[in-house]
Amino acid sequence: MSKDTGDMMTFLEFEKPIAELEGKIRELRSFAGGAGQVDISSEVGQLETKLSKLLKETYAGLSPSQKIQVARHPERPHFQDIVGHLFEDFTPLAGDRAFGEDEALLGGLARFRGQACVVMGHEKGSDTESRIRHNFGMARPEGYRKAIRLMDMAERFNLPVLTLVDTSGAYPGVGAEERGQAEAIARSTDKCLQVGTPLVTCIVGEGGSGGAVAIAAANKVLMMEHAVYSVISPEGCASILWRTNEKAADAANALKITAQDLLNLGVIDGVVAEPLGGAHRDPSRAMNMLGDTLEDALRDMAGVSGDRLRELRREKFLAMGNAGL
Amino acid sequence: MSWLTNYVKPKLQKVLNARETPDNLWHKCKNCGQMIFQKEFIANQYVCAHCEHHDRVPPKDRFDALFDNANYTLLDLPKVKIDPLKFKDTKKYTDRLKAARASTGDEDAIKVGVGKIGGQEAVVGIQNFFFMGGSMGMALGEGIIAGAKEALRLGLPFVMHTASGGARMQEGILSLMQMPRTTVALQMLRDAGLPYIVVLTDPTTGGVSASYAMLGDIQIAEPGAMIAFSGPRVIEQTIREKLPDGFQRAEYLREHGMVDMVVHRHNMREELGKVLSLLMGGRNVKAAAE
Ligand SMILES: [Zn+2]
Repeated sequence: MSKDTGDMMTFLEFEKPIAELEGKIRELRSFAGGAGQVDISSEVGQLETKLSKLLKETYAGLSPSQKIQVARHPERPHFQDIVGHLFEDFTPLAGDRAFGEDEALLGGLARFRGQACVVMGHEKGSDTESRIRHNFGMARPEGYRKAIRLMDMAERFNLPVLTLVDTSGAYPGVGAEERGQAEAIARSTDKCLQVGTPLVTCIVGEGGSGGAVAIAAANKVLMMEHAVYSVISPEGCASILWRTNEKAADAANALKITAQDLLNLGVIDGVVAEPLGGAHRDPSRAMNMLGDTLEDALRDMAGVSGDRLRELRREKFLAMGNAGL
Repeated sequence: MSWLTNYVKPKLQKVLNARETPDNLWHKCKNCGQMIFQKEFIANQYVCAHCEHHDRVPPKDRFDALFDNANYTLLDLPKVKIDPLKFKDTKKYTDRLKAARASTGDEDAIKVGVGKIGGQEAVVGIQNFFFMGGSMGMALGEGIIAGAKEALRLGLPFVMHTASGGARMQEGILSLMQMPRTTVALQMLRDAGLPYIVVLTDPTTGGVSASYAMLGDIQIAEPGAMIAFSGPRVIEQTIREKLPDGFQRAEYLREHGMVDMVVHRHNMREELGKVLSLLMGGRNVKAAAE
């Protein structure tokens, strides 16, 4: 990202030293700009080396609860950013044909690097108005039933399915329960495991429990480097097991929610590297790296029959937990 | 027959011989508050004689009541890696496991039996709420997969009784993965044309409700059972208002199209036997034609 927009960035608590250093570099530049003649290139160069070292160290040693903050960073690329950046001819499709349209889970037809496909994912929104419209990425049964509808369509027209997961969880509300949130999630997971075309998932931010799994039972499950994926939010886990949500950091450690942990546990198939300092520092580069990995994953499955893809998916999940722990 | 661990004889005698300490002589109904003679309560399948409240049942008693002549064989379930995350909260997970094993005498929160229900042979899984809240971890997932595979091998229907607060947090993401894993097992039954029936008992919530508990060809619930994705407390915290009466109870789910029928525990064997024999009827006709 360009240095000029540094002021507008949201800094996380643990990024303060980084923010300070960036501030210093900016100050030096504007001072030099005002004085006109002063040569500051060596000072700036030194500070920039220091900055890059600091970023590297900070981001290599992120704790699980710091990862959660990065995964929830407001400037991290969201579904609509990613689709806008990596996909062409995106044609959003609305509704579950039974009750309504759920903008927490968006999806439709699109072209990805020349290939027609179905793409879907949770959208959290980027300002107050859009966050409310997208219900902060917490989908209701309609969202999952729309996902089922889109996967059915993908199978009929032999289109691969790409899903992008970014949700704190399915919405816990009266209406959602009334209309069968549990059943909708169960059927959507079922459909993922049934669909006869390639299914690739990337957890791009937060993968929250059943609301994430419902669109993530895929042939290839990827996670971005600083994304998290968990059975329960560390806050929720702490309040149940420790009886205080002040222990959320301990719960985050114990739950093993990082991409690196999940790769070791054999639950995911790959990690998508993020630019130095996280996807929010260079969203466009982060999205390009994601695009390359998605393309590789699809290429690996090109020409594999629908039956075989289904079989491979099922075998992968059945084997999970039986080896490598 | 190495998969058979033990042949279970009618357990009525054992129930009647339960230790008679003052503590367990009387049972106070959780719903109406009436005192009931413990022996009578158990003989009545843990149903209150005054208000018909269905209390939670240990798997053994449920098997006994469900299978014809309380005659069934238990399936030897696969062992799983213990405490893969080395999880510790205020207690070690291994200590919680040990305590649950000691108090229930079981390995984990599921048991699977094979026997006849109203004349129709079936594989039956029972989730044990008394074992760490019936929580879904790797052992539970393996138990369901083993049950489904046994049904597949024998060409029998699979009947799953659910009772669970949801995922076992101490197994982290590996507990979440039991949602797709158990779903794969059910798909194998579906592909083979074998029925999968769910009996939802109190409570069935969280990741369990959002996977195998909602994927039955036929969904049966016990009266008054709490069946939910998000528990009422979580919802109340989110919306900050009081929930409607009977919300997320079995009858509410039936009204909202989520379960086929609400069946009194005393009628469960008969109802299941009927449904199973009807569902298997078409299959038997097909087999005769071939
Ligand atoms: Zn009562």
